[in-house]
Amino acid sequence: MIENRPIVTFLAHLTVILGILIVAFPIWITFVAASHDAIRMTQVPIPLWPGDQFLVNMKQALTHGLGGAGGPPVWLMLMNSLITAMMIAIGKIIISLLSAYAIVYFKFPFRMGFFWMIFVTLMLPVEVRILPTYKVVADLSLLDSYWGMTLPLIASATATFMFRQVFLTIPDELLEAARIDGAGPMRFFWDILIPMSRTNIAALFVILFIYGWNQYLWPLLITTDPHLYTVTIGIKQMLNSAELTPEWNVIMMTALLAMIPPVFVVLSMQKMFVKGLTETDK
Amino acid sequence: MLKQVHFNRSILPFLLVAPQIAITLVFFFWPASQALYQSFLVEDAFGLSTEFVWFDNFKELLSDPQYLGSFQRTAEFSILVAVIAMFAALVLAAMADRIVKGAMTYRTLLIWPYAIAPVIAGALWVFMFDPTLGIFVYALNALGIDWNYKVSGSQAMTLVILAAAWKQIAYNFLFFVAAMQSIPKSLIEAAAIDGAGPMRRFRSIILPLISPTSFFLLVVNVVYAFFDTFGIIDSMTQGGPANSTQILVYKVYYDGFVGLDLGSSAAQSVILMAIVIGLTVVQFRYIERKVDY
Repeated sequence: MIENRPIVTFLAHLTVILGILIVAFPIWITFVAASHDAIRMTQVPIPLWPGDQFLVNMKQALTHGLGGAGGPPVWLMLMNSLITAMMIAIGKIIISLLSAYAIVYFKFPFRMGFFWMIFVTLMLPVEVRILPTYKVVADLSLLDSYWGMTLPLIASATATFMFRQVFLTIPDELLEAARIDGAGPMRFFWDILIPMSRTNIAALFVILFIYGWNQYLWPLLITTDPHLYTVTIGIKQMLNSAELTPEWNVIMMTALLAMIPPVFVVLSMQKMFVKGLTETDK
Repeated sequence: MLKQVHFNRSILPFLLVAPQIAITLVFFFWPASQALYQSFLVEDAFGLSTEFVWFDNFKELLSDPQYLGSFQRTAEFSILVAVIAMFAALVLAAMADRIVKGAMTYRTLLIWPYAIAPVIAGALWVFMFDPTLGIFVYALNALGIDWNYKVSGSQAMTLVILAAAWKQIAYNFLFFVAAMQSIPKSLIEAAAIDGAGPMRRFRSIILPLISPTSFFLLVVNVVYAFFDTFGIIDSMTQGGPANSTQILVYKVYYDGFVGLDLGSSAAQSVILMAIVIGLTVVQFRYIERKVDY
């Protein structure tokens, strides 16, 4: 505290609280909508205070999905989201740990060439090359499969870069000591490098899990089988049918269920999340 | 780059980089080169014959008022999203920086919208502004304002901008708070002793010192608005009404997968690639140089 100005401090608290209320208001509305029955949600004005149908709606969404739309139940979509998010996060972490290790610790031909090949992928998000990438996936007959939904998203450079930075800060003496003790390259990797980068791996996992969970365009293109829909696609399908039969209570319950896992990950691993965010992007 | 102490050449490093290089080649270089190649081709409606047309696809695009309109919309959209999201985050961060007690709680309560998927954010905002049911529409109607984003293009644009900015505030807030905390307290104290009030200190010390972060965030926000907002647009307006919210990424998707105009979609992809590469280069050059005073 630089100086004591109670009025300014009060205004600061007031502004931040106001900001929080504005930021949180859409979520509150979602929660309220998810706790009323379908009929109440068609009457104007819609309620601002929660009702008593929360658990009923949750059961309806999880086991049946949207009644009229014939889509899959939400628990299945949540499972699909979980599987794809885990595949993307773990896949990215594994391949980038390996390639960063090779680039930092080995001298071999085309080392810089490989490095630049990986570096270039930093620049192009999947959104700008959707059509040709879709064609590749179709040619490999990976449409409507978990691999098709995840593999093209695993090709990215951010994680490799972060591990490269981490490895560069690890003192050289460690490798010398390990060699004197007779450890080979893979032994050094497993027993020294991986344990030493544990917190970075965790931080990266938080970011990548959210990235994977929130994917929308790519799974939308790859899946035609409703049993493979992720929850982000499910929401969109429900919105389409909302024009005819508005069941906003179930739609908003699904939205709520869809945001719980990533929000939970962010809040429970807040320190890791902030670390991951600031280190991968900068 | 390479460690002073390293392993000697063997087959192992090739095996280690192989998975990433393989995925990069198959799902990145091959499609990107296909996009480049395809952007020089015209295919008939049934895909029976293709013709090499050099830059005709690009010429056609750049003289197509629809595409140019989409370009202009994207520019307006991304600048407004970046400005709104950064300004709101800056105000909140400046205030949070003053607060000693409860600062962590406030941070926790502000950062979680980052975790919400764009398409879900779109669903929430559609619900709040639904022409018949929306809670805000009810309030706006009570004030005598006619609201229907499904008919009015400018209202639809306002809505997607608000939704996209809302989701990005958390991210900007985190970076602004970190930047402000790294400013040495002695600087602020010295200014206070010289009689500078909170506003003056913010303008003359804090704002210049966080300018590298601000610049970094500007680029990140523009990239976000360009590419990551697909889900928001698709769940809220599908580019409508009458293309009024059709930004470039949405148009690539629409022309390629709905309109099946492969050559044009590929040419649009190539233009987008050029834009991303440009933005990335700008970002890297400035991060290296740092905006300093």
